Formats: sequence, C-alpha cells, structure tokens
Amino acid sequence: MNAILLSAIWGIVMMFSGIFTKSKKAVRYTAIVGLVALLVANCADMIGYHVEIDVHKMLNYDEFGMLGNAIAFASTLLLVLVSGKDMERVGHNLAEYFALIFFVLCGVAIVTSFNTLLMLFLGIEIISIPLYILTGADKRNLKSNEAALKYFLMGSFSTGVMLLGIALLYGASQNGTFFIDDLWTGGPAVATRPMFMAGLLLLLVSMGFKVSAAPFHFWTPDVYDGAPTVFTSFMATIVKVSIFIGFVRLFEDGFGESQDRWQIFVAIITAATLFIGNITAVFQQSVKRMLAYSSIAQAGFMLLALLALNTVSRQGMLLYAAVYGVATIGIFAVLIRMKDYTFEGFNGLARKQPVLAATLTIFLLSLAGIPLTGGFFAKYYMLAAVVESGHFMWLVIFAVLCAAVSVYYYFRVIQAMYFKDGEGTTETEPGAGFKGMLVVLAALVVVLGVWPQVLLGLLAKFPYTW
Amino acid sequence: MIPVLLILIPLVTGLVGFLIKSEGNARGWSLLSSIVTLIVALWGLSLAPTSPMLAANVEWLPDLGSRFAVGLDGLSKILVLLTAVCFPLIFVATWRDQYKKAWNFYALMLLSQAGLIGVFVATDALLFYFFWELALIPVYFLCSQWGGERRIQATFKFFIYTFVGSLLMLVGIIWLYWQTPNHSFSMESFYALRSKLSGADQTWVFWLLFLAFAIKMPIWPLHTWQPETYEQSPTATTMVLSAIMVKMGVFGVIRWLVPVVPVGSWAWGDTVSGACIIGMVYASLVAIKQDDLKRLIAYSSIAHVGLMCLAIFATTESGLQGVMIQMFNHGINILGMWIVVDLIERQFGTRKISELGGLAQKAPALAILLVVVALANVALPLTNAFVGEFLLFSGVFTSTATQYSVVFTVVAGLTIILGAVYTLNMIQRVFYGNTNSLTEKGVDIKMNEKVVLAAIVVLIIVVGVYPKPVLAMTKETAEFLLGKMNYKL
Repeated sequence: MNAILLSAIWGIVMMFSGIFTKSKKAVRYTAIVGLVALLVANCADMIGYHVEIDVHKMLNYDEFGMLGNAIAFASTLLLVLVSGKDMERVGHNLAEYFALIFFVLCGVAIVTSFNTLLMLFLGIEIISIPLYILTGADKRNLKSNEAALKYFLMGSFSTGVMLLGIALLYGASQNGTFFIDDLWTGGPAVATRPMFMAGLLLLLVSMGFKVSAAPFHFWTPDVYDGAPTVFTSFMATIVKVSIFIGFVRLFEDGFGESQDRWQIFVAIITAATLFIGNITAVFQQSVKRMLAYSSIAQAGFMLLALLALNTVSRQGMLLYAAVYGVATIGIFAVLIRMKDYTFEGFNGLARKQPVLAATLTIFLLSLAGIPLTGGFFAKYYMLAAVVESGHFMWLVIFAVLCAAVSVYYYFRVIQAMYFKDGEGTTETEPGAGFKGMLVVLAALVVVLGVWPQVLLGLLAKFPYTW
Repeated sequence: MIPVLLILIPLVTGLVGFLIKSEGNARGWSLLSSIVTLIVALWGLSLAPTSPMLAANVEWLPDLGSRFAVGLDGLSKILVLLTAVCFPLIFVATWRDQYKKAWNFYALMLLSQAGLIGVFVATDALLFYFFWELALIPVYFLCSQWGGERRIQATFKFFIYTFVGSLLMLVGIIWLYWQTPNHSFSMESFYALRSKLSGADQTWVFWLLFLAFAIKMPIWPLHTWQPETYEQSPTATTMVLSAIMVKMGVFGVIRWLVPVVPVGSWAWGDTVSGACIIGMVYASLVAIKQDDLKRLIAYSSIAHVGLMCLAIFATTESGLQGVMIQMFNHGINILGMWIVVDLIERQFGTRKISELGGLAQKAPALAILLVVVALANVALPLTNAFVGEFLLFSGVFTSTATQYSVVFTVVAGLTIILGAVYTLNMIQRVFYGNTNSLTEKGVDIKMNEKVVLAAIVVLIIVVGVYPKPVLAMTKETAEFLLGKMNYKL
C-alpha cells in the first residue's frame, strides 16, 4: 500500500513543483528524492511496516509483487540518475514529465499486486494514459506526435478488448466475480465454458499487446522510435517488465488450473514473438529501431515464464526484469547522447569514448545472454523453467536458436565501436557523473551475472504477511 | 586450491594487464604471469592424486544446485599442463610481434587462459558451461581487433557457430539437470544418470551436447569456420585456438558426453565416426592443395582432431589413453608449426608456399627444428605423436563398440600417408630447393625463437622416447571413464 499511496502523492507534488520553482535542477532532485522515498517505502513494506488500509482483498501484497515493485522503482531511479539531464532537453514541462512518471509508477504498483480484474484494468489504464502523453512529449516533432496518436488509438482498442474479456470472465464465473482466485471456483465445469475461454483469450491478447508480443507488436517499433528516447527507455524497461509481472500473476492465480487449455496459445505467441523480434531486428539500420525489435525479442523470452508458471519461472521473471531493465537503460542512456542513431554512427566510438564503449559492450553482452553478465542467468532461468515443466522442448530449442540470431545484431554495435574506423561520437562530451553512473550500471550487470543470489536470496528473506 | 589458483592467476593478472599502458611492460607482465601459472601447474602435477589441494568445492548458487566445484584428475591434469606450457611458449615466440595497444592484447590473452583452464578443471556442469563461454569472448575480441583483412567476418562466423553450439549444449545441460534426482549439476550426479535415462532420451540429448563439441573440434561438416578463422587471426591467437581451444571439444566429449549418455553415444557412434573419417580424408586432401601455410596447418589440424574423436567412440582403453596423450602432443606439435609460420611471415611478409623456397640455406637452425616438428606431425617413431597415434589406431582397431573397426582403421590409416604427403611437400618447397629474390635476404632465427622451438623439440622427443609418466597420469582416468562408458545398461 505504501508504494501506491506515495507514488500518487509524489506525482501531485511533482506537478506543483513546476509552479514553485523554475530551476530544472531542483525539480530533478525532487524527483530523485521521491524515487528514493518510494523505494524505501516499498522495502519497509516488505519487512512489515506499512499503512493499513482495508482494500477488501482487492489487492494482494506478496513478495513477488513487492520485489517487482522494488525492481521497477530502482530501475526508474537509475534511469533518472543516468538520463535525468536528457529529460530536460525534451521540452519545457520537466515537472510534468516527472509527475507522469510517478503516476505510471502508481499504476505499476497496482498491476504488480492486483487481486481482482478490476484492479488490473485500473492499473493498466493508469500506466497507459500517462504513457500516451509522454510519447508525444516532444511536441514540435512530427514523429513524436504520430507515435503518440498511434499508441493512443491502438492502446485504447486493446483496452476495449481487455474490458470485453473481463466482462466475459465475470459472466462465466460461477457466482459472478472479479476476484482472480475465485474465477476457478466450480472446477473444470467453469473452464470448459466457451465464454471462459473466450474471456481468457481476450485478456491474453490485450496483455500481449501491452508487452508487445507478436502478432500484437506492430505499434512497438513506431512508438519506440518516435517517442523521445528517454521515455522509450522508460517504456521498454520499467513499464514492460512490470506489466509482465502482472501478466504472470494473472495467469498463475487466475488461470493456473486451466493451464493445459491455454498453454498452446502462449507457446505459439512466444514462438512468433521470438521469431519476428529477432529476425526483424537483424535488418534494422537504426540502433534505436533495432532496440525496439530487440525489446520484442526479449519479451518473447519473458513469455517463456508465462508458459511454464512455476517457482523457477517466477524467480526468473524477477531476475529478467532487473537485468534486462538495467542493461537496456544503460544502452538507451548512451544512445541518447549519440550524434547519429545508425549503426555507422557508432563506428570507432571505442577510440573517442572508451568508457562508453566498454560499458555499452557489457550491456549488449548481457542482452545477448553471455555468461558473466546477468543476461545469462536471466535466460538460463527462463529456459530452465520450461525444461522443468517437461513440455515444449521444441520451443526451448527454438528460443536458443533465436538467441543465437540476436547475437548478430547486438554484436554489430560492438563491431562498429571497436573494429571499424569512423568518426562516431557523442553530441557533447559526457560528464564524469554520467560515465560513473554507466560504470555503476555495468558493475550491477556483472554482479548479477556472477552471483545472482544477491537478488534471488531476497525472495526467501522477506516474508510478507497479509 | 590449486585449480582455483590456476584460474585466478591469469584472471587477475589479465584484469590488471588492461591498466599497464606500456607495450614492453605488458609483455613482460603476461610472460611472468604465465610462468607463475606453469609453476603452480607443475606443483599440482607433483602432488599425489588424492591430495586435497587438487580440488575445491564451495557454494556458488545454492538455489540452482550449482557449486563452484573444480578438481584435477588425469584428464584435466594433462590439458592444464598443455595450457600452462603453451602460454609462456606463445608469449616468448611472439615476443617481437607488434600490436596496437598491446596491453589490451596481452590482457585478453591472459583472460582466455583463465577461461580455458576453467573449462578443464570444472567438475560442475553449469560452471563448465560458464567457462566454456568465457574462453570464447576474449578470443572473439582478439581475433576481431588484431586479425587480418577479413577478420571481422571470419571471427563473426566463428562466434555464431560456436554460440549456437553452446546454447544447444546449455539446453542439454539444463535438461540433464532436471533429470538428476537431487537436482545438482555436479559431475557425479551427471555420471549417475546413465542408468536412469532411457535409450530414446539419451539419443536426442546426445546431439544437443555433441553439436557444441563437434563445432569446437571441429568435425566435418561443421568445420567451415576453422580455416578462415585460423587464417585471419593474429598468430598468437591462432596458436591458442589450435593448440588448446580445439581440445575443449575433445575434452567435452570425454568428460561431459560419453560417460553421461553412454547409450546415446553408442547408438550414434558409427555415424559420428563416419563423419570423422570423411572429415579426415577430406581435410587431408584439401591440405595437399593449399598454398597458404596457415590454411594448410588448419586443415591438417582438422584431420588430426578427427582421429581423436574417432578413437573416443571406439570405447577402448588404449584409444582413450591415446586421445588424452595425443591432445597434449597435438597441442605441442601444432604450436611448433605455427611458430615457424609466424617466423616466416614476419620475415618475408608472405605465407604463400609458392613464393618461398631454399630457406634451409639461410636459416639452418630453423630448418632443423622444423623438420623435427614436421616429423612429429606425421607421427614418425621416436616422436611424441607416434606414441599417441599408435594408441589411437590400436584402440580403433580393437574396438568392440563398432562392427566397422577394420574399415575405420584402414581409411583413417590412409590419412597418415596423406599427412606425410602434405607435410613433407611443404618442407620441401619452403625450405629446400633454390632461393628466390624474396628468400635471398633471409636470416636465421633469433635466440628467443630458438629457445622456444628447442623446448618444443625436447618435449616431442622426451614424450616420444619415454612416454611412461604421461601414460601413468592418464591410465587411471581412462579406466574410470571406460567403466562409465560401458554402453550395456
């Protein structure tokens, strides 16, 4: 509860901070303080210090959601620390951007701990609407406007689909309920109703849209490309993985018992996402678009957790969220500073900016899943989860082949930076603070790669009592 | 303790090496580090096999059932020794090679050494996989940064090839892990699986793992990355690749494949052996036609490694022992060949056989040393390779695991003759005959190169004349593995 309250309140604080001060620095520091407070409040919640509000069981705080929150907040904090200054360059309304980000985080906190379909819907909407605005934040840029409109139209359509799904599930359930753990009451008799299955699939489609799973991914490249890069980074990491955590929660608590009925659909979506994401990324000329497709490909890997739904997959989901988030934030942070977003723009960067190139290499290796980086264990967990479930070995093998394809486009950047000659450079000389933050991010990736226990151990350490 | 040291020394010195911003110091630093590693390795070899110093086992990822478990048995000892011997020799032999930003080059070399030793000493499957990949990354950067004209494409092909293989291996390892009753990656639990897995399961898991090893060795038809990569890499890296890295594949088969899924290995043994045979003959024939020295040696390496793989699947004691010894011998011999190629290329700026000739008149010391190495390459008696190949062939010939043992022996025997053809032909055309305008100005080799080549020649002859210590080192392991490889359930 702490996180939901604090993020909503701080969102309003941020909104008004724009009135009281014109100093961008002050606004940024207010946001950082807010994020730290949010993180602390969430951690306090994990060890039992929380505001008691009776929510009539509409929200369910467990470690999974809490850790998901913690990862989302920590990633946002890192994003603001490393790219906060670049946010100032998007437009004049810095305070409003931060306010919107805090509202998104409020939605995140709801999505990670919902217990009824209504709360899920509310959470998803609270996330989506600020994002439509953030996408169009670069007001004078046509591409940004186009992206925002596109995102809004497609997003509202998927919201409609989601509502229809929720309504069908409500009708199909025995006593008419929105509570996800009651949906199953009545046993297989309920699950065999066509209405139940239809509702489930509609929810799968709309959630798939939000995490940009194929074939509902078509908005992703345009929106990610058009949105100001700082906010693309925010969308591709924090928002995406939090929705994934909600996705897993929905299917585990709500539809866990009917797993064998829907598993094949998830498997097909996963295979399609992996295939389309990876293959299309190969043909991109712009690193930013490549990252958009790579985020689709990574979503394909995260979908494996949804397919397996066991302890391993839940732990893996959290690890994946953290690792993927940190690495992607790092890559985007460097990308924002680049003069030229194409692959050629990175030619010879290692000579001019050795620190940037070295850290970027670590982030890319992590996304490719090379050992010694966190990405390896993230991928490992996803694969292990499906192998443990015992089915869909073909999908596991397909997934690793796709991961091998991903090496192609991630390494293209490394090749450009180190092995090709060119004038690739940043727009302005990056400061020591920026470089320091990148090194911190890279160190985080490596620590998670050598000893992921630091994060996973937390799962066992913080028992949360309802 | 010793295996940990063997990993840590090159790892730490390698990381420090990035900070030494002077070419001379970096070179000395890496040589020093590799010599210390060699001393530690020799110390480890001198200990009794039961000594607790030879193993370490600490908690790493308790949630995953993986431990940081390393140990030295006969098989790993011989490969660790090979790694530890090769690196100082490589550093001394390429002492005069010039590199841009040499400190990065040497640091990456040391990191690759850490990865290689890790592969050979790991007794935990996940740890093994970890090091397997780690050895690859520095090599990728070494080849792409300091290689020849077409280095980026060649290295990339190499990287993608091996990465696909290792990912499939990862799936296989994960699958095996879930089959172990106590959910553990340890070697013991993997070896205990052999009686638990059904024949059908073993056959498909076999391919998941074998592909990774076959790519690394490489076995025909997965060898296409190799000649190009060897040709385009800087010679010091080519030495690491061919002397040590291909042994990772052979090692993987012996340690992590055949004892774990013996039925699967037996079922596909003839298929694999067939591929080995085809590859050996094919590579030997191609080698005869090569004009580029590096490519010639690359193809000859494919032929030699094919023979080792053939002997593993013969499942006989002499075959297995032969493989272990031959891994060491082949590493030493091919290192000698590369050093000669490097010397020639540095002096004359070409590797084309057709452009060279009469070198023996100008560089007699080099010629003598090369001839010994070359004779070892064709496995003449009194050289180390004779011991190895004799064991290999007798292992294949007496094999009861296959009904085609005679055919295999005969066709594989053919490659000895072919090997003599291309090796002797190369010596003749490069070292004898008349000098031409290019080789006219040739001078003999310098002191450091003499020392390295002499050391290699000494190793060749000592192991060739008195192989007993090496045989003793591998005997117990061979028997142990053979017990695990028994395909009768």
